Amino acid sequence: MSVWTARIIKAVSLAVMLAVSPASGPVAASEIGDAKTGARLFQVCKACHRVGKEARNAVGPHLNGVFGRVAGSVEAFRYSEGLIRAGADGLIWTADSLNAYLENPKSLVSRTRMNFIGMPSAEDRSHVIAYLRAFSDKPSDIPEAEPTSTATDHAVDPAILAIVGDPDYGEYLSGECLTCHQKSGSDSGIPAITGWPREDFVVAMHAYKTEVRPHPVMRMIAGRLSDEEIAGLAAYFESLE
Amino acid sequence: MSLSRRSILKGAAASAALTTAPMIMGASHGKPKVVVVGGGAGGATVARYLAKDSKGALDVTLIEPTRTYFSCFFSNLYLGGFRSLESLGHTYGTLASEYGINVVHDWAVGVDRDKKTVSLAGGAALPYDRLVLSPGIDFVDGSVPGWDVTKQNHMPHAYKAGSQTELLKAQVEAMRPGGVFAMVAPPNPYRCPPGPYERVSMVAHMLKEKNPKAKILIFDPKKKFSKQGLFQAGWENSYPGMIDWLDSEFTGSLEEVRPESMELVVGGEVTKADVVNVIPAMKAGRIAELAAITNDKGWAPVVPATLQSREDENIHVLGDSAHQGDMPKSGFSANSQAKVAANAIRGALTGSKVFPAKFSNTCWSLIGTNNGVKVGAAYEATAEKIAKTSGFISQNGEDAALRKQTYEESIGWYAGISKDMFG
Repeated sequence: MSVWTARIIKAVSLAVMLAVSPASGPVAASEIGDAKTGARLFQVCKACHRVGKEARNAVGPHLNGVFGRVAGSVEAFRYSEGLIRAGADGLIWTADSLNAYLENPKSLVSRTRMNFIGMPSAEDRSHVIAYLRAFSDKPSDIPEAEPTSTATDHAVDPAILAIVGDPDYGEYLSGECLTCHQKSGSDSGIPAITGWPREDFVVAMHAYKTEVRPHPVMRMIAGRLSDEEIAGLAAYFESLE
Repeated sequence: MSLSRRSILKGAAASAALTTAPMIMGASHGKPKVVVVGGGAGGATVARYLAKDSKGALDVTLIEPTRTYFSCFFSNLYLGGFRSLESLGHTYGTLASEYGINVVHDWAVGVDRDKKTVSLAGGAALPYDRLVLSPGIDFVDGSVPGWDVTKQNHMPHAYKAGSQTELLKAQVEAMRPGGVFAMVAPPNPYRCPPGPYERVSMVAHMLKEKNPKAKILIFDPKKKFSKQGLFQAGWENSYPGMIDWLDSEFTGSLEEVRPESMELVVGGEVTKADVVNVIPAMKAGRIAELAAITNDKGWAPVVPATLQSREDENIHVLGDSAHQGDMPKSGFSANSQAKVAANAIRGALTGSKVFPAKFSNTCWSLIGTNNGVKVGAAYEATAEKIAKTSGFISQNGEDAALRKQTYEESIGWYAGISKDMFG
């Protein structure tokens, strides 16, 4: 669990760092949100997700008992490979991992089929999470004090996304990627990264670099890439067809 | 010297741009020549990257004796029944037709470093500006008393994939009920550190089905081995009581093997076995020795940032043969080193930009059905050696889903590196 605690602190700081809406800013919502407000905000989610008594899977999986659940594990729901992979890698839904996911689903799980742009406001997220918490098996086991978003001293750096990568350098660096990820985009046991939108690529690589994402090989690879190198790779892989 | 050479080349390139392209393109004898010896993970990759990235500015020749290359990596999975041998076979057609590499199926039998030529068994001498040697491993004569390559049909090494691997599999399949499979494990350093232990896992997997009373003995000169904790826990779980790992501290050292009577003499005691897999001590492939660039241990020391031989700046050594520092001798490592070397060679011969060296490696091993584990690390070039900067290893107690995913990932990696080598 201590490993997860560390991941989650980083997850939250990354989520804050990646906040795209200028309105959101680094909000210090150190208290759990308001479930009633959350119920109202959940209307957006209801397009795909059901929660509550006799909730069933719809476009998305039902969300009863989501706290403490391994990602991608609701029976009879057909998940994206990305979510199944994340679950196998050890992603568990907690207030903090949900917070990161709601902020920007693709930052935590690339190629998730959850077609949701993300909820930029940390306060809003904390309300939704408070609402979902009521539908968990043992709400009392989920500490009230668990922050759903934490203020951070880390530099919030949207500048990372703005870096214009050098695709030539990216092409050279891509040699390391192509030992495993096929340039043709074939996906057999290792996800395809060819043609991946630049921003998603950058977000994912920084999620490995900051150890939000659990995969050890990718943490190692991303961990020593500079922001410019990641931008170069993103530019190169986006350019491939 | 290299500076003036480069400026001449740059001048040539500039004048080429001014004249009509087809005439210049036709004059291929004027291009800098790179000769690559060995068509495995190091050699095929470096040839492909040189040809691909130089866009015709280099004349690349790949010398490889076999027409079909069987990868040593994943050959244990063939032993375990998880892969066919055909699925491990690769040919050089795409490298020749799509990348314009001159693929020569012959043995390199000598290097004249002064004349900068490589001589072939067929009699030709190929000139080079840069030579890349990626010949894999050879065995150290006499390292296992009683064994030499003439005994490899009695006691196969199966450490170069192909007919040896087929022979070993056939021998295991033909073992009498309750028979003994003995492995003589190699001393460090050797190709594929987890390889012998993955092999034992795969043999155990096969025996568990067909010959459950059989025993496996590993005679090991080492006190510890790669992924030891993972393998031993896996063996205990999947093949309880079948495998005994015997280090020489415990048994005394291996004195000799007797291929005619299928015996091993260890610490004064004679053990009879039904199958004996002898994996001798290793050294760089023969051509490195013939080029006189190896050290007293038989490996070729290299400059970390470029993989140039410490003895000759016009020769680069990749993969198993290189004495480089912390990287394990693996296909992944060779492939990683090849890209760094290709970048350095292009820079030297065509003046292209040279980017900083980055190396990485991951070794996946299969313990049993859907039970994959891995170990890996990242490396950088220091003046002294290729030095490990960070790493990871699978953990005991991982759940079945993660182990299955690791196995599936290894299959993805095999497909990926095969494409990266052969196009």
